[in-house]
Amino acid sequence: MHTEFLMGNAAIAMGAVAAGLNLISGYPGTPSTEVLETTAKKNTGNIYVEWSVNEKAALELAAGAAYSGARTMVTMKQVGLNVASDPLMSLAYVGVKGGMVIMVADDPGPISSQTEQDTRHFAAFSKLPCFDPSSVQEAYDMIGDAFEYSEKYHTPVLFRPTTRVCHGYASINVKDIEEYLVNTPEGFIKDSSKWVIFPRLSYNNHIKIEQRNEELSDVFSQYDKNIIIPATDNSCKKGIATHGISYSYVMEALSGQNAPRIMKVATPFPFPEKLAVEFLSGLDEVLCIEELDPVIEKELTYICGKYGLSVKIRGKLTHDVKPAGENSCKSVSENLSAFSGLVPTKSVERATPPQLPVRPPVLCAGCPHRASFFAVKEAMKGKKTAFCGDIGCYTLGNAMPLDMVDTCLCMGAGVNITQGIGKIEPDTTCFAFVGDSTFFASAITGVVNAVYNQADMTLIVLDNSTTAMTGHQPHPGTGRTMMGEIVEKVDIEAVLHGIGVKTVETVNPLELSKAVDCVKRVSSEKGVKAIIFRSPCAVLIKPSTPVIVDENKCVQCKKCINSLGCPGIVLEEGKVCIEQSLCTGCGLCKQVCPTKAIMGGERDE
Amino acid sequence: MNKNILLCGVGGQGIVLTSKLIAAASMAKNIPVMSAETIGMAQKGGSVFSFLKTGENLYCPMFSEGTADLIIGFEPAEAVRMLPYLKADGTVIVNSHPIMPVTAALNGGTYNGGEMIDYLKANVKNIFVLDGDEVCRKIGSPKVLNMVMLGAAIKSGCLPFTLDEIKETVQKTVNPKFYELNCKALDEAEKLF
Repeated sequence: MHTEFLMGNAAIAMGAVAAGLNLISGYPGTPSTEVLETTAKKNTGNIYVEWSVNEKAALELAAGAAYSGARTMVTMKQVGLNVASDPLMSLAYVGVKGGMVIMVADDPGPISSQTEQDTRHFAAFSKLPCFDPSSVQEAYDMIGDAFEYSEKYHTPVLFRPTTRVCHGYASINVKDIEEYLVNTPEGFIKDSSKWVIFPRLSYNNHIKIEQRNEELSDVFSQYDKNIIIPATDNSCKKGIATHGISYSYVMEALSGQNAPRIMKVATPFPFPEKLAVEFLSGLDEVLCIEELDPVIEKELTYICGKYGLSVKIRGKLTHDVKPAGENSCKSVSENLSAFSGLVPTKSVERATPPQLPVRPPVLCAGCPHRASFFAVKEAMKGKKTAFCGDIGCYTLGNAMPLDMVDTCLCMGAGVNITQGIGKIEPDTTCFAFVGDSTFFASAITGVVNAVYNQADMTLIVLDNSTTAMTGHQPHPGTGRTMMGEIVEKVDIEAVLHGIGVKTVETVNPLELSKAVDCVKRVSSEKGVKAIIFRSPCAVLIKPSTPVIVDENKCVQCKKCINSLGCPGIVLEEGKVCIEQSLCTGCGLCKQVCPTKAIMGGERDE
Repeated sequence: MNKNILLCGVGGQGIVLTSKLIAAASMAKNIPVMSAETIGMAQKGGSVFSFLKTGENLYCPMFSEGTADLIIGFEPAEAVRMLPYLKADGTVIVNSHPIMPVTAALNGGTYNGGEMIDYLKANVKNIFVLDGDEVCRKIGSPKVLNMVMLGAAIKSGCLPFTLDEIKETVQKTVNPKFYELNCKALDEAEKLF
């Protein structure tokens, strides 16, 4: 054992490596991404690491390896589990041989997600055991437990941390390399009565799964991470039920104060029923402090009914705890003071501050997406249009002044949303914008659908040759893998031609007039046609020298600022100037300036 | 003794690395530490903060408003934004150089940081204002702002380690190419007040 300062996600990775991990796969998504990345960094060469094309592929890959006796982990964010839900639901019936942990990071807030969905429901829905860590140290320790239970009960298990555990750092105790487990996979052994799902097998296994989960509920009542902490004062008739990071907020708020009885739920499914009955006995009232959905609250309400306990269960359903958004030290401390008279920390009275500047996330200076959006906007001036966006950095194209994202739903959805709008409004010129990673993840089938069903639309692939939003992971268009291999790229043009798109043009969006002409020409054709705007992510390339503004030529029309919204163009004492520390010399503003007042930015050769 | 420290500023100023150095220097003295910061949608140019706690019996990296011993503000408006977290008798170290948000340029805004510094001076007893960017110019690199801020924080006495101890940490964890430069920045900051 030694101490290391680790991010929660790194701790999860290190815990899995220490548990004898053989294979890890996933699709990047905040807040889950660093688990796989850390594993790749710490790989001693015995672990197969893969950023798969999407979560479904990742889960199926890991299932195959687990059928063969490997210890496997799949990583994704909560909405990724929606994509992987098809194999997940069936795999729950088939089971595994080697331990398989499905790491799904939930995002209360949401801080960087489309939904506030709660993976604990997915656990109950799929009938899979679920682990919910409350701290970085617990995440490290619990991942090993998750593998043990998975292997013992021949079932994949869900491991569900939330953002504050994933991205929190702590100095924790970790194993030395000599203490790591080594798992040698037995290999795949043919047995069609086991690995081939048929209605008969599903029926039989359904019975076994229900029995197993009843057993697991008892086992989990003894699990050392499901705990009851006695009240400071024995006569106290109130209790707090909590989980995850909210547990640490509760402990923080109550430290040094009179605390009621506390139950921490580390396995929301199967729920540790016997432990809950023990917790509830003798209490009058319980407050459930949870993030996302009232899972514990509903379980406790059910248990009270089942066992005839007259305990009032409060929480989100009784409007004692806010229904949405993440908890905080402050919100939990307010919940506790309303419920049990805890003295909250006093905020300090200060004068009202001056108005603060807002800093919304924006496309980076030099981002090629800005140029792509601007080219389409220029080309379509005065026309009735629909611009359907997708998931990635380019969702930020919705901000003023670009204002180029009319819809955004989920990965790859933009293609067929565009098709749908076009079917109802045929006089509208319809565009679908999709990034290169999203294209591979889930837009290709959408394009096949649009082509075959005679859609009239322009597909814009924003190809910056990386998965930028989540921190530059490789994908099939990049030509490298997480195992460090240089491989042949999957060619986006060839894919589009192969699935029936006749017109496919590739253009550099930073060559503005060429790009605008291309959009005008291609979008006027009938059917499904595609433009690939290809220019590397500005973060990944060596910047050119920054541009400068010639004060003699600049007429302060501010067209550059008002049409592009680039963070590299600022006002200093009311005058347009270039923030030299941010400008990458992409030259887009030079092409927009009506008086040619912006100069420089030539690439250093 | 437990300390709650809050670092804040704008993406790209080196806040996360500074937070890691404080953590590493604390761990070198066997002081447990936890931290949490903004990641994800907060890209370059967004508000960035890092909560850091050192000491015994830590449960979570975040803390409540009114409980920070020290705020290290890399940008004036960001220090004001996070001021509710400061204890009544807490300390603020702030860089007076403002960073204009892109939205201010769009709206023709006139944000310049001056009124933020005035507000901080009027509302915080233990405040140290420094022109971090000026110090950086003097040293000859815009990249050492975080070392300047860190040096100033050590000088304030709110961190559980000394200048020599942080230098040792820098030597162990940061690219050795920049060791001399970083030490120069730390020393320069110490001389400021």
